[in-house]
Amino acid sequence: MPAELPGYLANIFHGAWITLAVALVSLALSLAIGVTVAPLRLSPNPLLRAPVTLYTTLFRGVPDLVLMFLLFYGGQDVANNITDHFQLDYFEINPFIAGCVTLGLIFGAYMAETFRGAILAIPHGQIEAAQAFGLSKRHIFRRIVFPQMLRNALPGLGNNWLVLLKTTALVSIIGLSDMVFRADLAAKKTMPFFFYMVVALIFLVFTSISVLVLRRLKRRFNRGFAVREG
Amino acid sequence: MFSYFIERLPSITDNLGAFAAGAWTTIWLVGTALLLGLLIAVPAGIVLARSEKSWLRWLVAGYSHFFRGTPMLVQAYIIYYGVGLQLSLHFPAIQEMAVWPILREAWPWALLALMLNTGAYTSEIVRGAIETTPQGEIEAARAMGMSPGLAMRRIVLPSAARRAMSAYGNEIIFLLQGSAIVSTITIADITGVARDVYANYSEPYLPFMMAGLLYLLITSVVVFAFRLLEKRYFRHLKTRTLSA
Repeated sequence: MPAELPGYLANIFHGAWITLAVALVSLALSLAIGVTVAPLRLSPNPLLRAPVTLYTTLFRGVPDLVLMFLLFYGGQDVANNITDHFQLDYFEINPFIAGCVTLGLIFGAYMAETFRGAILAIPHGQIEAAQAFGLSKRHIFRRIVFPQMLRNALPGLGNNWLVLLKTTALVSIIGLSDMVFRADLAAKKTMPFFFYMVVALIFLVFTSISVLVLRRLKRRFNRGFAVREG
Repeated sequence: MFSYFIERLPSITDNLGAFAAGAWTTIWLVGTALLLGLLIAVPAGIVLARSEKSWLRWLVAGYSHFFRGTPMLVQAYIIYYGVGLQLSLHFPAIQEMAVWPILREAWPWALLALMLNTGAYTSEIVRGAIETTPQGEIEAARAMGMSPGLAMRRIVLPSAARRAMSAYGNEIIFLLQGSAIVSTITIADITGVARDVYANYSEPYLPFMMAGLLYLLITSVVVFAFRLLEKRYFRHLKTRTLSA
């Protein structure tokens, strides 16, 4: 057993927090994008609908890794052109921000589709009833559509979160020192199987906890609809 | 901006052959992994749905849990860097064996990673499809005197296959997109070729756009094929029109 083992492990555990931070920031971003895009996706106006349909189709049809390279390297190139043009200092894109933005954009597309399905699952009569009561469009969205959308979307959201959590591993490839990146550094020196396995097990803990939390949330959100077991 | 892309177009046109080879690598790796994964998934799914033998169930559930709960990237690292590249260090004798020229390549390990991953996800699809078999179908088969094994083969699995089809179509697309990570274990798949072109031409946009286009193209072929298959296998479920 190499003497550096505790140091490597501590480093990987520290990286686990970075992984978690990337996942949570990306989740917030993707939820914001999803909630904004989903109603546009259902808009009767094709000028609103077409661009967001293109967005959700492209971002769900191209592998996350390819999008990550395109946005990271392409984004750096754009930044370089801007700094050259205005004769500013070289500006390096922060991999944490690049990673979160990329994951947020990718999963925003998945979230939008989940929310779209959740809105469509609301009985149309409810919206008609709200209109008959004279509620404004915004009011209907806030009071009638949004709360039920959340409940309908929960299983899909949970699934998206689990996929997102695992996809954060990719940010190590663009140089963010998450736990995969740190395990990679250790594995290049010694015991690759062991260090990658440690990372896999930490991911397994994260996903297992998520599954348990999601199960509780589901029970809570469905309370009013629960079938009583007698 | 437009002239920039025209100017940089040779980064793609000079490498069309490489992109075609990359597409072929992606297609056969994913295709073979899907077939081999199915060989794992069907028995594994039956065990998950039916088996009462606790140790076997436990083993299969553990396998499925591990591969669905961890990133495919980390799985590929474990299998290639953790096992594949370590073999000759720990067992030098393996270099004398007839399989060594294959085992020292990266592709068998990439194939193994993709296969184990899709096997785990597909076994859950198979389990779900078996568990949702209408009870009446099984009772009828048993009443006809079929043994549980025969009923599984003749009644449950064919009807489960139909129910599993759309979820399996999603799994194919999922694996196709996930397969991009094999470029990190030195495979020149579509993404691998795009990364090489990016490095050689320092052109950050076009190679990845080209890669995205190829993945979209393959995805649409899969989606189209599944739509045809569903039309064929769900013929009996189509609503009949009474008129004409």
